Amino acid sequence: MSEKHTDDVTGVETTGHSWDGIRELNNPLPKWWIYTFYVSIAWAVAYWIVMPAWPYLTGDGWTYTKGVIGYEQREVVTDELAAIVESRSGAMERIASLPLEEIANDPALMEVALGAGKAAFGDNCAPCHGSGAQGSKGFPNLNDDDWIWGGTLDDIHTTLAHGIRWDGDDDTRFNIMMAYGSDGILNRDEISDVAEYVLSLSGRAGDQEAAARGSEVFASQCIACHGDDGSGNQELGAPNLTDAIWLYGGDKEAIVKTVSNGRSGVMPAWNERLDEGTINSLTLFVYSLGGGEK
Amino acid sequence: MTDTTAPLEHLAAKAAMEAGANPHGEEGERYTAVNSEKNRPLYASRVKVYPKLVHGTFRRLKWLVMAVTLAIYYVTPWLRWDRGPNLPDQAVLLDFPSRRFYFFFLEIWPQEFYYITGLLILAALGLFLVTSVAGRVWCGYTCPQTVWTDLFIHVERFFEGDRAKRIRLDKSPWSMGKLARKTGKHFTWILIALATGGAWVFYFADAPTLAGQLATFDAPAAAYLFIGLFAATTYLLGGIAREQVCIYMCPWPRIQGAMFDEESLLVSYKDDRGEKRGPHKKGTSWEGRGDCIDCGQCVAACPMGIDIRDGMQLECIQCALCIDACNEIMDKVERPRGLIGYDTFRNQERRRAGETPKLDILRPRTILYSAVLVFVAGIMLFALSNRSTLDVSVLADRNPLFVQLSDGSVRNGYQVKIVNKEHSERIYRVSIEGLDKAILTRPALAGEETGTVTVGADKLENLRFFVTLPGDGVKALNGGEADFDFVVTDLENGTTATRQTTFRGPGQ
Repeated sequence: MSEKHTDDVTGVETTGHSWDGIRELNNPLPKWWIYTFYVSIAWAVAYWIVMPAWPYLTGDGWTYTKGVIGYEQREVVTDELAAIVESRSGAMERIASLPLEEIANDPALMEVALGAGKAAFGDNCAPCHGSGAQGSKGFPNLNDDDWIWGGTLDDIHTTLAHGIRWDGDDDTRFNIMMAYGSDGILNRDEISDVAEYVLSLSGRAGDQEAAARGSEVFASQCIACHGDDGSGNQELGAPNLTDAIWLYGGDKEAIVKTVSNGRSGVMPAWNERLDEGTINSLTLFVYSLGGGEK
Repeated sequence: MTDTTAPLEHLAAKAAMEAGANPHGEEGERYTAVNSEKNRPLYASRVKVYPKLVHGTFRRLKWLVMAVTLAIYYVTPWLRWDRGPNLPDQAVLLDFPSRRFYFFFLEIWPQEFYYITGLLILAALGLFLVTSVAGRVWCGYTCPQTVWTDLFIHVERFFEGDRAKRIRLDKSPWSMGKLARKTGKHFTWILIALATGGAWVFYFADAPTLAGQLATFDAPAAAYLFIGLFAATTYLLGGIAREQVCIYMCPWPRIQGAMFDEESLLVSYKDDRGEKRGPHKKGTSWEGRGDCIDCGQCVAACPMGIDIRDGMQLECIQCALCIDACNEIMDKVERPRGLIGYDTFRNQERRRAGETPKLDILRPRTILYSAVLVFVAGIMLFALSNRSTLDVSVLADRNPLFVQLSDGSVRNGYQVKIVNKEHSERIYRVSIEGLDKAILTRPALAGEETGTVTVGADKLENLRFFVTLPGDGVKALNGGEADFDFVVTDLENGTTATRQTTFRGPGQ
């Protein structure tokens, strides 16, 4: 290409590049544009020096250039978290020391407590009680209005702090649902009859005759804890047998199993692991799920 | 490039070319990089433009537009608008810390940002419509780049004189006079730039308060930062870069091609009347020649540094100053005005073909743009006039979906968000409709168990509600679930919001 090629339509010189006869026009860029490009390159180099930038391998593994001002994102996050903890510290101290009712009546404090309670619940309680506190077989649903050991703020607090049947805590909540079958206290027929009776307590008519026989067994063996009418006793941790909620299942088979083998679920005493502020927060959170009792 | 400074490669290449060598190489022969040997510039230095002052209709129009637009920009933050106690009384305020946009009678919350989107769509459609009717009216008259550049050129003219003087001044060696003129110009530019940046920050805070803080140097750092930033860009874009912004930075010139058509009114040189151009001696005949006397006044006046007589160019912002420049000359040579004027491609063709020029503004394109514009504006008006001061959303609990209670009833939990956009505290009655026998309660700890809730002025309240359905109601649920409504009523003015949600039971 010894001579300059000029595009006929625009009158602009072409770069000489041609693709299937299509030629690229050489409209020169303004110089300031290329200078801007150089400045951005210089900026990039300066950025590498100032900020953390390049990874490299050392004997101890991968590391990176730290930058002269020592900026570190992890440090920024740590500082921010520390600032949040700092900003809440006063509130958490008050939550740890004030009576639960008083916290409940202070909306600002309650907001912190519910937030902390929700987080602590997810960390500590959700594995058994479920992420929505909905429970599962053997692990009570904390949303409902049925409380084995009581659902007032103080009751919940005690259960949380000392646990249920927890070896390491002298104040733990404790009772025994005996294994009437495997310990040989009642025979199969008696167990079947008492199960029919228990079913009848919640209005689910089974075999009326068996239920009538079962009522005698119930009177001799069960009323001490579950009460004359089977409505349970929160003081003793005896479940209400007349309602619609069954921790281990409410059909006859499940009831026979419970009577035969007994039940003794365990909940840890959380005061071993959590501070008072967190336990108070958890108490208020569980209480607020909808089943809290006055 | 002269031979004395040319690198050896160029000299060699030149010699090769003179010898008839093909730099691409003959087929199967040697190959040469095409960019290596030619003195073709890849980058061009900016050639400074010295626009000459013109007088006439369009120059007056531009002065007027400049005065109006600058006045709007500088005065708007100072307009007051009473909204009642505890609320900003600034007519236009973008309040980022409390997340509100105030615009006279409007108050926009972040979740209503679609109003701004609608406004931008309207602006775009308006731009399309105006462009298809009369070309780059936005570019030529109202674009901030044009307005500020025009202002900066005027300042330049004040200190350094008109075109010829400025060219002479730039060519002259440095002297006290030149230094004084240049210093005066740049100093004034910087003052204008600072005022531009200064006015900008007033849109984001209470103007009188911020002005006081700025005066005593205890305004927030961000204010100084943005004043600095906008002062720098104003100075750079309006004073230094000028036409480079329009030609190289702005995407709009590239979009023009799709907006114009042959019936659009564009600032044009009527070559059918002007050609053949050439100098004209007073008293001689105009027969056999065009009206253009090739005086170059249109080129001298052009702030973009182009020659309008070359036809449509992407550099042309259609500021119409060349029209004024040419009309002055036409008056002097006693020829009719309008050799350069607003004209359409079709009219040029029509005149060449001996037909009468006419305007065809109602074209499918303009009708469509107008229709869409009216449609979007209608939607906006409807949305704005029906904007509720009460916003409610209901979210049913999903974990757990429902809670079995000891008496056989089933309870569902709901997060109800009530947004009170009124400027006073309001009491709302919350009730449910469409679910027989269901009972609405609040969690015991929430205090109020009645159906009324209080939401503070300008506040969003996130409330928890329980709906409990007795056992027989649960059994009656069709497919284990039923839809029902939350109804929230402002007890003061009766505004009601209804939101449908679902109650779920254990199912069959």
